[in-house]
Amino acid sequence: MDQQSNAGKPTNQDPAPAGPPENRASQLLLGLIFGMAFGFLLQKGGVAKYEVLIGMLLLRDFTVMKVILSAVLVGMIGIYAMHAAGLVKLHIKPTRYGANTLGGLLFGIGFALAAYCPGTSAAALGQGNYDAVAVVLGMMAGSYLFAEASGWIARTINRWGDRGELTLDRWLGMSRAVFVPLMALVVVLVLVVVHFAIDATP
Amino acid sequence: MSTRSVLLQAAGMIVLPATRVWAQSDAIDPGTTGPAWSPYVVGGLIGVLSMVTFYFSDKPLGASTAYARVAGLLGQLVARRHTDALHFYAEKKAPKIGWEVMLVVGIVAGAFLGAWTGGEITARWLPPMWAERFGQSLSLRLGVAFLGGALMAFGARMAGGCTSGHGISGALQLSVGSWIALIGFFVGGMAAAMLMFYT
Repeated sequence: MDQQSNAGKPTNQDPAPAGPPENRASQLLLGLIFGMAFGFLLQKGGVAKYEVLIGMLLLRDFTVMKVILSAVLVGMIGIYAMHAAGLVKLHIKPTRYGANTLGGLLFGIGFALAAYCPGTSAAALGQGNYDAVAVVLGMMAGSYLFAEASGWIARTINRWGDRGELTLDRWLGMSRAVFVPLMALVVVLVLVVVHFAIDATP
Repeated sequence: MSTRSVLLQAAGMIVLPATRVWAQSDAIDPGTTGPAWSPYVVGGLIGVLSMVTFYFSDKPLGASTAYARVAGLLGQLVARRHTDALHFYAEKKAPKIGWEVMLVVGIVAGAFLGAWTGGEITARWLPPMWAERFGQSLSLRLGVAFLGGALMAFGARMAGGCTSGHGISGALQLSVGSWIALIGFFVGGMAAAMLMFYT
């Protein structure tokens, strides 16, 4: 049921894109343009705002959940369709039960304190929420601190439940062609329940 | 960008300033008005943007890596050999200005454009919701924000990504680790936020 584990293998996560020939300048420009689109959308979606982000964590405002689940719905269908057509490579991060859980919880605590996450900090800054600068500086400090500990973490925490690139369909033993539509249905159902029973978007 | 998102953005840039004429007052606090566009539309378009970045840049959307890279560059300025020898910078993400850093720079600019076209520039240091609960001390807010940022970055590196990298890109690819991380983000976040605001 589990895929072959990639535990112990050094993973350089900077492979050259297999698409158009790599031209550093054009990829830097594309990154900037895609980032602008992303930031524009994040701001219009309300997630550059302190009240919306904390509102989610206090279960008063479900905007964040609606944005994430809608993105997952469309992206899952679109990217897996392109993948089936051989148009894109997947970029699946390793599943490590220990590191994913512990890191997730730590992130969450920081998220409540800061209110802006890595992406929304940049968006919040663009919107004029100057306190996001402190979050940005904190994130750089925290990243470097992690780098200091990264050797030890790679030898210990990263080994707890290391399952390599594992997707939900494999984990459940289902074919992708069956699981993706099923997952789409589940996501739509959750969005319907959230919209009609909990927090209707005006 | 997809034609659709370009058209929608252009439409937004025309429609939104027009709607400002309707507003009772230009001084409505942007923080009290929620999202300017439907979150379903925004999310859907972010999904489309993910398809675009996969195809044109062979990269998933993600934000936390950018801060790690810049921190590495700063570390190299101060202590070159030490930084280069750290496991994370040697084996995982080399310190450099790459696609990921440009993405985050773009986010700032794009969000500015979004806020500006929607009349939602906040231009302030203290969110009212924070000040209501924790008072007017700016150094308190900045200190807590810094600490929060440090925890988030440490947690994101350990988990392998943040709400964009795992929560959007990883979740849409159905990665088990991403869904675990996403749930962790919100369990940890909700517990901490409720402790902060409800006790």
